[in-house]
Amino acid sequence: MSRQTPGRSKGLNGWLLSTPALILLLLAASGPLLIVAVYSVLEKGDYSGVRWILSGEGWFRVLFEKDIFDHTISLADANLSIFWRSFKLSIATTVITFAFGLPTAWFIATRPAKSRAFWLFLITIPFWTNLLIRTFAIMEVIRNQGILNTFLMHFGLISEPIQILYTDTAVLMGMTYVYLPLMVLPLYAAIDRFDFRLIEAGYDLYASRWQVLRGVILPIIKPGIIAGCILVFIPSLGAYVTPRVLGGGKNMMIGNFIELQFGQGQNWPLGAALSTVLLLVVLVSLLVYTRASSRDNPNG
Amino acid sequence: MAKRRAFDVTTLPGFTTIAILAFVLLYAPIVTLVIYSFNGGNSVNQWGGFSLQWYAIAAQNEAVQDATARSLIIAVWASVISTTVATMAALGTTRRGKFKGQTIIYVIINQPLMVPEIVTAVSLLIFFSSVKVATGYSGLGYLILAHSAFCIPFAYLPIKARLEGMDTTMETAAADLYATPWQSFRYVTLPLLLPGVIAGAMLAFIISLDNVIITEFVKSAGQDTLPTYMLGQLRRALTPEVNAISTALLGLTVLILTLFVFVTKKWD
Amino acid sequence: MQRGICILSTNIAVDARNVGKIYGNGAGAVTALGDVSIAIEKGEFFTLLGPSGCGKTTLLRCIAGFETPTTGTIHLSGRDITYDPPYQRPVNTVFQSYALFPHLSVAQNVGFGLKMQGTPASDVAKAVERVLALVKLEAFADRLPQQLSGGQQQRVALARALAPEPEVLLLDEPLSALDLKLRKEMQSELKRLQTETGITFIFVTHDQEEALTMSNRIGVMSAGALLQVGTPHDIYESPVNRFVADFIGETNFLEGEVEGGQVRIGTGDLLAVDLNGETGGVTLAIRPEQVSVKAADAQLSGKITEATYLGTDTHYTIGLGDGSHLVARVQSNSVAAFGVGDTVGIAIDAKAVQVLKS
Ligand SMILES: Nc1ncnc2c1ncn2[C@@H]1O[C@H](COP(=O)(O)OP(=O)(O)OP(=O)(O)O)[C@@H](O)[C@H]1O
Ligand SMILES: [Mg+2]
Repeated sequence: MSRQTPGRSKGLNGWLLSTPALILLLLAASGPLLIVAVYSVLEKGDYSGVRWILSGEGWFRVLFEKDIFDHTISLADANLSIFWRSFKLSIATTVITFAFGLPTAWFIATRPAKSRAFWLFLITIPFWTNLLIRTFAIMEVIRNQGILNTFLMHFGLISEPIQILYTDTAVLMGMTYVYLPLMVLPLYAAIDRFDFRLIEAGYDLYASRWQVLRGVILPIIKPGIIAGCILVFIPSLGAYVTPRVLGGGKNMMIGNFIELQFGQGQNWPLGAALSTVLLLVVLVSLLVYTRASSRDNPNG
Repeated sequence: MAKRRAFDVTTLPGFTTIAILAFVLLYAPIVTLVIYSFNGGNSVNQWGGFSLQWYAIAAQNEAVQDATARSLIIAVWASVISTTVATMAALGTTRRGKFKGQTIIYVIINQPLMVPEIVTAVSLLIFFSSVKVATGYSGLGYLILAHSAFCIPFAYLPIKARLEGMDTTMETAAADLYATPWQSFRYVTLPLLLPGVIAGAMLAFIISLDNVIITEFVKSAGQDTLPTYMLGQLRRALTPEVNAISTALLGLTVLILTLFVFVTKKWD
Repeated sequence: MQRGICILSTNIAVDARNVGKIYGNGAGAVTALGDVSIAIEKGEFFTLLGPSGCGKTTLLRCIAGFETPTTGTIHLSGRDITYDPPYQRPVNTVFQSYALFPHLSVAQNVGFGLKMQGTPASDVAKAVERVLALVKLEAFADRLPQQLSGGQQQRVALARALAPEPEVLLLDEPLSALDLKLRKEMQSELKRLQTETGITFIFVTHDQEEALTMSNRIGVMSAGALLQVGTPHDIYESPVNRFVADFIGETNFLEGEVEGGQVRIGTGDLLAVDLNGETGGVTLAIRPEQVSVKAADAQLSGKITEATYLGTDTHYTIGLGDGSHLVARVQSNSVAAFGVGDTVGIAIDAKAVQVLKS
């Protein structure tokens, strides 16, 4: 088996066996990302596409706009509000999913071994269910004639349906709904490894429940918390389907704004620059995450 | 006494209530969607008795039929291709100890999980649109290629996990018993790895079947899959037909997941 | 040790010449085997004995082909197999962890080697039946390995390695996972199988008693080197050095100086022993059963510091005048029982004393 010079052939075989996967990924995942970066510094084409002339226009238009008549430069308020909305909604989604996710993960992890698999399965189904279907589902609930409004009116709590659909609230509700499993699963993994005797030790040393949570549980499951927050924050920031379906045309997030540049906006360099920005934000978050988790957990 | 103590340790105030609430909130919309797909009425707003009419309507709709066929073709190809290359990569990266460049391979393989899907979608739009112009080909190949690449990490992870749980003495024993490297792979490694491969293929299948964003950007005109068809329907009035299609897809997902759990459980 | 022996003899099954194995390189390099030469005869039950980490497994893995020696060659029946892959060597291994294929039935496990060699299915079936009968597992042919007890799994592993009728069978501590009773059973079982099949067995163990009772010859290893090869009798009665003497059975060591054909030990007494040509500083290796204890004066005298009753035998630890100790093993009923603090006379069977260079 290990007859050849070990080190060399190991690496060679490793690369050789990985080559088909790498080719596919370079062709249809990693490689095209580089093209995006290149397109971001080209000149916009007349209708769509680009002209192969170097230009900073794409990047410039990320934050600024130029008046077509007097050429004065000003901050692009529309863009800024989209960035702000994306950021605000992503943070809010992360916080709310955490508020629901921690108790849920805790609940699953503390079930008896037999029923735990069942509860875990209940979380996995929405996790693997088509995002679009889940978005439809929440849409059904919050639409003007949906069950939420019908229910509230039935009990006389409101007299008119409240308009939730096509507002930021709808987008927030939708993202919270679709990304909740992404928060629960890493938290569950962390709590599942947690040694519950530590809580006994905490109580033994006169800690209150709150102190045990703050002082014992949260610090120990911190890697899981960071993982969950990253896993929710990143797709929220790049969300496309949920804001499109629940936010209507006006309540765009970065993802929809990018799409707009490749569709009606016909400004590929701007779209490419926006994509690059989004990619960089994500990479920085991931870097922070790896740093944080390797510091918390030097062995793993 | 003991019971009371166990209760104290693992229960935190309000957690159970919030957890139950979370489960209810998670399932209420899905259940509503499923129930309304059996609505006998003509509008999405009123319950008109139990009926399968929307399933019948969806099944007779040619656009739905085409989209379903397309979705399945792409998902089958994508899961076969991604599982094959992911299996090879998993064998390459786990069975032979550490080697130079392993981290690079990991990063590239897991890249689709890290990059926001919209960015991948845009990059593929740019890339494939030039390729389409250059080659004149605009068939399903682009979607299959994009889906295959995107599914690789989903297939790779369970296969890798399985391989890491298998120690190499099995292969050593096979070699001792006159199995050539190929025979050893064929009669020992592969059968032992099979649950991981099946699990990986199932996940890849689901991921491909559900994909919206990349498909939306890569598809040429008239290449709708079920999810992009449903997304397109949203521009018009919402009909229970979409609910019916969603429910059918949901059913398929649950079925595959149940099989997945069964396959992974049975072998451990 | 064996380098001088004529290795052309067709009687030799495994012939390892100057085998060395170094794991890793640079600062992290570990020398697992120094320079081992050994010739194992056909049909022999050969045991490798040595403390943990001395390189027994490494030597076995080199013979099986799982490792390539860094230096030296390995011949099998006169053919150089040093660089042959394991699947081309008519050598099979019984793994310590059994390494049974969990997805195959007992019969399929046992037939695996033959199937890989391309033996027709009907012949495989016949061979499997025969070998399963040999290890008394006919009734379990269709079970999966997980459905068997540890001892049964052990037999399957054995059957699987025997089925292809290898020239040499390698057994790396095959009995270490079994409880004492099962272990004793398997020892005689192994011995029977070896005699019945006539296959050369190379057996690794930590357990010196196991080595003494089962083997035709024993090789004692330490720190990657082969210290002595010989029959159990040779090894026990004439260990070549203190390490071997200490490792095989319990031994008393007395330091001394050769003086006019006798040895003067620390107490000042002179002992008449077979010097074997040694001069200067020597170590006397004395087995506890060769030390007898008497009430009357004898060659030496000492004071009992510890008495341990062990059923048929009693162990006495006796302090000598110079602060050294001797352990004596006497039959419990042969002499009157002594107690701690008693002063006794000690007689040593001079012919049985082994004189080693200090
Ligand atoms: N793959 C390896 N890489 C590096 N060093 C190794 C490797 N295998 C064994 N060694 C080292 O080689 C030496 C001999 O190991 P080996 O396994 O042959 O000992 P052993 O006599 O079988 O011990 P034991 O009785 O505990 O099984 C040990 O110091 C061990 O740490
Ligand atoms: Mg060993």
